[in-house]
Amino acid sequence: MALLLVSLVNGLSYGLLLFLLSAGLTLIFSMMGVLNFAHAGFYMLGAYFGYTLAGPLGFWPALVLAPLLVGVLGALFERWALRHVHPMGHVPELLATFGLSFILLELVQLVWGRAPVSFMPPPELQGTAFTLVQGGEGGDMLWWGAAPADQCAEVNRCTPFPMNRLFMGAVALLALGGLWLLLSRTRIGLVIRAAQSQPHMVRALGHDLPLILMLVFGAGTALAALAGVIGGSTFVTEPAMAAGVGSIIFVVVVVGGVGSLGGAFLASLLIGLLQTFAIGFDMPLRDLWPSASGALARLTLAQLAPVLPYLLLVLVLVFRPQGLLGRRVD
Amino acid sequence: MRGQPGPDPEPPPASLRAWALSALCVVLAPLVLDSGLSMTLLSQMGIAIIACLSYNILLGQGGMLSFGHAVYTGLGAYLAIHALAAINQGIWWLPVSLLPLLGGLAGLVAAAVLGFLATRKSGTVFAMITLGLAELVGALALMFPTVFGGEAGVSANRVSGPAFAGFDLASDLQVYYLIAAYTLVCVAAMYAFTATPLGRLLNAVRDNAQRVAFIGYDPQRVRHLAFVVSGFFAGVAGGLAALVFEFVGPEALGAARSGSYLLFTVLGGTTFFFGPVIGAVLMVLSQVLLSELTRAWLLYLGLAFLFTVLLAPGGLAGVLVHLGRSRRGPWRQRLPVLAALALAGALAGSGAAALLEMLYHRQLDAALGLELRFLGLRLDVGDPTIWAGAAFACAAGMVLLIRLRPTVRGWSDPQAQASGIGAPPGGQR
Repeated sequence: MALLLVSLVNGLSYGLLLFLLSAGLTLIFSMMGVLNFAHAGFYMLGAYFGYTLAGPLGFWPALVLAPLLVGVLGALFERWALRHVHPMGHVPELLATFGLSFILLELVQLVWGRAPVSFMPPPELQGTAFTLVQGGEGGDMLWWGAAPADQCAEVNRCTPFPMNRLFMGAVALLALGGLWLLLSRTRIGLVIRAAQSQPHMVRALGHDLPLILMLVFGAGTALAALAGVIGGSTFVTEPAMAAGVGSIIFVVVVVGGVGSLGGAFLASLLIGLLQTFAIGFDMPLRDLWPSASGALARLTLAQLAPVLPYLLLVLVLVFRPQGLLGRRVD
Repeated sequence: MRGQPGPDPEPPPASLRAWALSALCVVLAPLVLDSGLSMTLLSQMGIAIIACLSYNILLGQGGMLSFGHAVYTGLGAYLAIHALAAINQGIWWLPVSLLPLLGGLAGLVAAAVLGFLATRKSGTVFAMITLGLAELVGALALMFPTVFGGEAGVSANRVSGPAFAGFDLASDLQVYYLIAAYTLVCVAAMYAFTATPLGRLLNAVRDNAQRVAFIGYDPQRVRHLAFVVSGFFAGVAGGLAALVFEFVGPEALGAARSGSYLLFTVLGGTTFFFGPVIGAVLMVLSQVLLSELTRAWLLYLGLAFLFTVLLAPGGLAGVLVHLGRSRRGPWRQRLPVLAALALAGALAGSGAAALLEMLYHRQLDAALGLELRFLGLRLDVGDPTIWAGAAFACAAGMVLLIRLRPTVRGWSDPQAQASGIGAPPGGQR
């Protein structure tokens, strides 16, 4: 029971982080048709900027400043590179961002080295958010913060949940709520949504469309960088972190339905939960699938976890090619 | 899909004479370049040429950007190495020199299955799906160490079994000639493929899939068939690689390998049939030689790639063809500007490279002392004036390049027209 709950919260917070990443990707894709291959590179850059800024300024200013800086870099890349390949179509745009992802990885390794850096969350986030106590004096209980030592005297009775995981989910929710408010309730959001469906009309009405696209690209990369600061401090900040999430977020986007924010939300949570549960409930595959034989029977669910998102991708492609919430277009 | 049709497919600039000449070069090359290193380089180039050309069936001819081409070369390599191991143990009998065909079969089957999923979409979604499928295959391969050998890979010995037509593959020279024969046949076959109805339809699907559907062909089926053809040749390349290295490891399926096929095919040029050949030669040279020369080679590659995509979308082949054409036109008037451009580019490039090399030296080799050899100069990394000088050279070159841009703007058009990659503007969303 406790394991179930902890896995659930864990999966949700990881899923929300994935959504924070894929929201930026989807925003850029649905507005500009650009598949930003360097999105995970901006995620990594956000983590490293956060690490560097957190040194002199502290974690909280870094949490705000790093995404802003990365957003500016993203906007500059749009202005100086992407805009020039735009007339040639979407595949050259994808190629340009592919080149950028290469360069970002090399530059990060050049500046910060190939080994992981120790980017720790601030003391406020290092504690325990809540503890589940099983079979304590008052039965099963939930303590906010760390449970008192006397409750946890027996082994395997307490299951603590780290604060930074909870924080990860909370920031993702806040950022996405903010994004939603911006898009649906403000004038600039109105123009952005109009530019998405009627770019020519928006232009005819006197709005600066290239500027809007530049800002959208900057905002998308800033979201990636925000996810990077949180993800980098919660997990590990290292050059491999870009490749770690890079292909997963593409899976999220395809599974959810290309260009659909709601679909990306659903798919992120699904994949987050799927992976967390597979690791949490580590059992031999034979228990789930009795007729498995040979090498398959020797695998466990946790070993299978890295493959699950991609298997989901194959299933979705076979049975629902437009994605979970995607519209049917060919 | 709206928008005008893309550029007309180039009439491929190759004649019987060019074919005979290149075949002669391939046959005679070992007489001139007979050292062990150049033998290995030439063999690897042959393999890379097949792989990059098969990749260009997708990217250049079909407008399909795949991030998972190494899956097909890699699976071909794995099947070939397993067959070779079986021959070693005497379980199986097959002339070793036919193993690449078996690899091709593996690539073909894998491409038929995975391609069915991937080619349901085109454009950027196709790219995302190939990436996901490549990750799937890579992760699965690590999960079944009995088949894929885990991190350690699978190895076998190529000198076994009966010699076929005198080939026992004991010497580097024989390996080279085996690869040369396969390369020539595969290149000719892929060249012939471009002229088949399927090849022409593939170009049409790239340019305007809707019209193709309107005439009564199924674009999805055309893409799928082309994907299978490409997978076959990729598998042949993988099988050859298995014979050369006598070892196949998990990196043969990896994203890095797929990425390098993409990178060098684009660098070479996707609009011309021979573009990927240039790219393949560059691939082997840079992976073997450039990586020895400088530690920043991946950064240089990334920058070269980005500039190619931005400024010369036709790749090196596009630039060469453009220069060849303009030789007949107003070439003489342009010569001074071209020379100025080259000078400015060299200035900016060497300045930037000096900065990068010094940076890499400071970050990675600081223990070796402050001195760095660069282009025959000895640079003192601890001296700020050298940093300022390099930065100045870089900035001056950049300013010159920007100043020269208006003069060049008028003439890049024919090249831009000849080098549109993939779908025309306003492709599907």
